[in-house]
Amino acid sequence: MNAALPLHDAAENAACEDSRFAVPTMRCAGCISKIERGLSEMPGVAAARVNFSAKQVAVSHAPELTEDRILRAIEKLGFEAQILAENPLAEDRGDTARLLRALAVAGFGMMNIMLLSVSVWSGAVGVTRDLFHMLSALIAIPVIAYSGRPFFASAAMALRYGRTNMDVPISIGIILATALSLYETITSGPHAYFDGAVMLLFFLLAGRVLDGMMRDRAREGISALLGKTAPGAMVVQGDGTTVWTKAVDIQPGMTMLVAAGESLAADGVIEQGQSGFNMSMLTGESDPQMLGKDDAVLAGTMNMDAPVHVRVTATGRDTSIADIARLMDEAGQHRSFYVRVADRAARYYAPAVHSLALLAFVGWMIAGAGWHQSLLIAVAVLIITCPCALGLAVPAAQVVASGALMRKGVLVKDGSALERLADADRVLFDKTGTLTMGQPRPIDTDGLSLTEKMVALALAQSSRHPVSQGLVRALVREGVTPAELSSVQEMAGDGVSALWEGIAVYLGRAEKAGAHISTALTIGEESQLIEMTDMLRPGSKAAIAELTQLGLSASIISGDRIEAVSVVANELGITAQAGAKPEDKVETIKRLGDAGHKLLMVGDGLNDGPALAAAYVSMAPGSASDVGQQAADSVFTSDSLMPVVLAVKAARQTGRIVRQNFALAIGYNIFAVPLALAGMVTPLIAAIAMSLSSLIVVGNALRLRGAAK
Amino acid sequence: MSGLAILIPIALFMGLCGLGFFFWAMRNGQFEDLEGASHRVLIDDEDAGESSENSDAET
Repeated sequence: MNAALPLHDAAENAACEDSRFAVPTMRCAGCISKIERGLSEMPGVAAARVNFSAKQVAVSHAPELTEDRILRAIEKLGFEAQILAENPLAEDRGDTARLLRALAVAGFGMMNIMLLSVSVWSGAVGVTRDLFHMLSALIAIPVIAYSGRPFFASAAMALRYGRTNMDVPISIGIILATALSLYETITSGPHAYFDGAVMLLFFLLAGRVLDGMMRDRAREGISALLGKTAPGAMVVQGDGTTVWTKAVDIQPGMTMLVAAGESLAADGVIEQGQSGFNMSMLTGESDPQMLGKDDAVLAGTMNMDAPVHVRVTATGRDTSIADIARLMDEAGQHRSFYVRVADRAARYYAPAVHSLALLAFVGWMIAGAGWHQSLLIAVAVLIITCPCALGLAVPAAQVVASGALMRKGVLVKDGSALERLADADRVLFDKTGTLTMGQPRPIDTDGLSLTEKMVALALAQSSRHPVSQGLVRALVREGVTPAELSSVQEMAGDGVSALWEGIAVYLGRAEKAGAHISTALTIGEESQLIEMTDMLRPGSKAAIAELTQLGLSASIISGDRIEAVSVVANELGITAQAGAKPEDKVETIKRLGDAGHKLLMVGDGLNDGPALAAAYVSMAPGSASDVGQQAADSVFTSDSLMPVVLAVKAARQTGRIVRQNFALAIGYNIFAVPLALAGMVTPLIAAIAMSLSSLIVVGNALRLRGAAK
Repeated sequence: MSGLAILIPIALFMGLCGLGFFFWAMRNGQFEDLEGASHRVLIDDEDAGESSENSDAET
């Protein structure tokens, strides 16, 4: 059943195209078989293969079959799906695969060399010992040459720029140990350190692989959430026909025909028609704005109601979306100054190890031990202090913690985000879409009878207005089925009307609008007001209370009007800044950062992008815009705000475990280094000490499995 | 001593086999979808009707 699904008629030999789709909602074996079977029954599809871990489907299909039609087929099977662009992360994945191969080779070498070394330790002498050393050398040298490359390359890079990092002492230690062991082998000396060198490589590679796997997993999760950005538009030709044009080929002066429900691919001015535009990408506000002839519209906003003709004024890098992207780039620059814990440790550790080894060499030379003996001791010092446990201390803890968080729906992009999250001491929330759901929902639907609900659902389904969509979501959740309507008509910006069993029905703008956004349902003569509100995310209040308890005082920063913001601020009992443009948000964050605060920014919209990038650490909900998700350090995929609290707690616990691990690793050094300096470390002691300290550190990290509870 | 001449090559050969197998498995995409594999066991190939019923109940 793991084989590719049977080929279908049309697509047998023809060159097949591969497309990938993100299907975030699949949860079970049934979903896998439903999607694979449903798609492979489609004419033109050669094979469909679900990757459950990445929540993706790869479809191999005939070129005639467009991605769009496959997408609709998946939706017809009952799954939300998105077309994924060519895998942009393939290169990063290759990185981890290379490390994994190096780890496998090192593991192979380590086991075989240990096999030989154990015989030497248990008393092999003379010719046997020499033979075993020779065999060890034969295995070790190609293994070290292959598996050591990641370290040698990184060390060479650091040295070229006159710096030193953790990889420099590792590389020197390994190369010296190998060279010396080779010399020992040739002169039939008693001690060869091949086992130590290869084992060192193995443990260090294990740390690197863990680190890489964590990053890949989070990135995959996030790329599964990301959709494709507005790819192009229908451009009106001289003779009135329209031609699909890719975004890069659109020129200022062209006229785009933008249908209802489409996003704009470029900035422009409306030439014909009027419609409501969802500007939430830019302002964070989902309530659409009515725009007509000669009004300016911006790329990335969505046309809600009616088709319009738009004359393009700016494209690509000149659009206001691109401006925000630039602002975000600049804001993100300073974050790269953050130095990870392991690198900070290396900064002190590496020189200390170098000088200790050098001191040992010089000391023993002065003591008259001879250069061979002295060098042997110096190498022993290098190997024993080489940070096996240190190399595992950080990634092991972070991998376990991020795995635990992922099971709770929090994706952390990399280890440094986890470290920064633990340090945060203030939190800023965006309002719309972050503290609130970002979609209006009916306050209660109890006032409606079942038939009214059925009619309302049927009417709301035929509109893309956020109010209608909110109503649809609420009613569908109640299990209401739509009534059958005829002659459905949507009046741009006003509402939807139709005939239901011969009676005129209407859903749309209410006559008397109160404090809330509301909509009126009219059936025949009777009219009903359905009050809608943008509800707070469940658990917002509790989450903010807990964050305060953890020492993170919260406030709101929003682009919305002050009246709307103060309602939410009062309800949650926190301070707020309203009417903030993207640059104002960055400004506020910079000011707080300069005052010594370490800021956690939680936001979702495109307008939050720069703020998310500028903050010390940032999180975005899974419902956030692509930009928001890309800019944030971490994405949580639940309606509740509790994952923010969970992430902070888990990050702090991870910090504690990492510090414990450092203490353990350093404690081990305090015990082992004097032995090495005294010249008492044989390869046997080095091997035992190294594996023992690594095991203890990994075991300690495993305690984080329950960190996200 | 003479036993070693056989045993060591055997040990090395078996190790290399394992290594080669691991490389093959990586290239073949055996580790691409670890979670999916555990679910695929439950898919009933013969009886299409029943499995789609299951999925309806679960989704």
